[in-house]
Amino acid sequence: MARGLPTKRPIAGVKYVVAVASGKGGVGKSTTAVNLATTLSTHLNLRTGLLDADLFGPSIPLMLNLRGHEPELSEGNLLKPLVNYGVKTMSMGFLVPEGEAVVWRGLMVMKALEQLLRQVDWSDIDILVIDMPPGTGDTQLTITQQIPVDGAIIVSTPQDISLADAKKGAAMFGKVDVPILGMVQNMSYHICEKCNHVSHVFGHGGVDRTADEMRLDVLADVPLHSDVCETSDRGTPIVISRPQSVHAKVYREMGEKVWAKLQALKK
Amino acid sequence: MAQSTPDRIAHLSKVKHIILVLSGKGGVGKSTVTTELALSLAELGKRVGVLDVDLTGPSMPRMFGLEDQQVHQASTGWVPVYTDETKRLAVMSLGFLLQNKDDAVVWRGPKKTAMIKQFLEDVAWGELDYLIIDTPPGTSDEHISVAENLRAYNPDGAVIVTTPQAVALSDVRKELSFCNKVKIPILGVVENMSGFICPHCTECSDLFSKGGGEAMAEEFKVDFLGRVPIDPQLSTLIEKEGGTFSLRFTQSALYPIFQGITAKVMAKVGDASLPLASQ
Repeated sequence: MARGLPTKRPIAGVKYVVAVASGKGGVGKSTTAVNLATTLSTHLNLRTGLLDADLFGPSIPLMLNLRGHEPELSEGNLLKPLVNYGVKTMSMGFLVPEGEAVVWRGLMVMKALEQLLRQVDWSDIDILVIDMPPGTGDTQLTITQQIPVDGAIIVSTPQDISLADAKKGAAMFGKVDVPILGMVQNMSYHICEKCNHVSHVFGHGGVDRTADEMRLDVLADVPLHSDVCETSDRGTPIVISRPQSVHAKVYREMGEKVWAKLQALKK
Repeated sequence: MAQSTPDRIAHLSKVKHIILVLSGKGGVGKSTVTTELALSLAELGKRVGVLDVDLTGPSMPRMFGLEDQQVHQASTGWVPVYTDETKRLAVMSLGFLLQNKDDAVVWRGPKKTAMIKQFLEDVAWGELDYLIIDTPPGTSDEHISVAENLRAYNPDGAVIVTTPQAVALSDVRKELSFCNKVKIPILGVVENMSGFICPHCTECSDLFSKGGGEAMAEEFKVDFLGRVPIDPQLSTLIEKEGGTFSLRFTQSALYPIFQGITAKVMAKVGDASLPLASQ
């Protein structure tokens, strides 16, 4: 059954769209997306939006301290994004009661995603960061087919098993002609809080090697620290709660690189 | 579409215990826990099958060092890949069917659903004591298909994997709710990446927070199967000295912990080779 592909239509009121993806679950896409969006807003003073495209495991409400909030509707019947730390955000997590599983097949996922893409009143933002779910399935296809994505950021930890999926994630963007802005090496190493010993908990330098192979830049090298998890769980991105930390510095530099690359790509 | 022949449907009825490994959250260690559980059972002399239904991120071939292997079709169905000549441990994964292991599998729901049905019905496992099914994160097509197709075979239940942190628990709660919805019994919760011990000074860092898994098990009134820390030596061993995860695991500090978890799982499914725990 031959079917034409949907035509890409840009989202109203959004200038640039960046997808934070990985292929592998649990490598830190949401953490990266939240800190990137926050730093773009607070450090670069850009009007920033963050779309949580993970319908089954929406992490953004928790990480931005917006749990339990329900979005209102605008006059035009669009969902009004919720705001914290200067970032406008929308997530399935705001639309479904907590603890309730979204047990949906692909078709319903697509419909919900279309609503999150088209029926949110972003009202003029410079950049929309999309936190992608793990994998390379319906969500990723729907997003890349429906809207023009200006660039993708691939997050991985150094270990082989994450990199294998990261490569698949990158290949997927290649298939749909979305440029990859670069990679993020997350959970890169741990510095013992007590003795300063450096442990490469998830392997050493894997992302550097893969990025090299794929001729991609490494946008950030982010170390492991219990602070990251602790502040995330409490809903304060580390760039806000620990602005002097090595993490905040790394994310600020990443924000600058991402913005510069987007400017260079422009349309 | 061809009807499944009676021969093919019978494959799963030769399996004594079917266990699903689920989480709501990605990256908490479902595939690792599946591998560790399968290896621990195989070490006890059990015949174990591992089915990898994570179609877009199939990890099993790599975990067992079987990446270059291929599956073969026999008249009775697909022959799984065995880890060694003893044929005690067999693995089936989409990873074996990909031409190039870096290929991205970008499929929508209906195609995934069809593949999973084939995986469940057409693999000639032979007689198995345990079939352990590794799933992708979430509660979508794959999970619904597995639950529907397995109903006729009465799976023993699900082992739920989480890390201690709130952002994982929030997703895992949904998985528990899913299991209740589709009536899959919950065997218990494993809290993975529970603490990291500095190899230099033995200080324990709670890299991914602490205690959340156990608290959640209590909240949902399910068994807490155990806490598995991050073993820095294991990653280093694999990287520096090569060998597969499966080889290094039984030599690592995690193995005794897993022997404990395995014993609890066996008791829970009523495996007569161990004294039954009170149910």
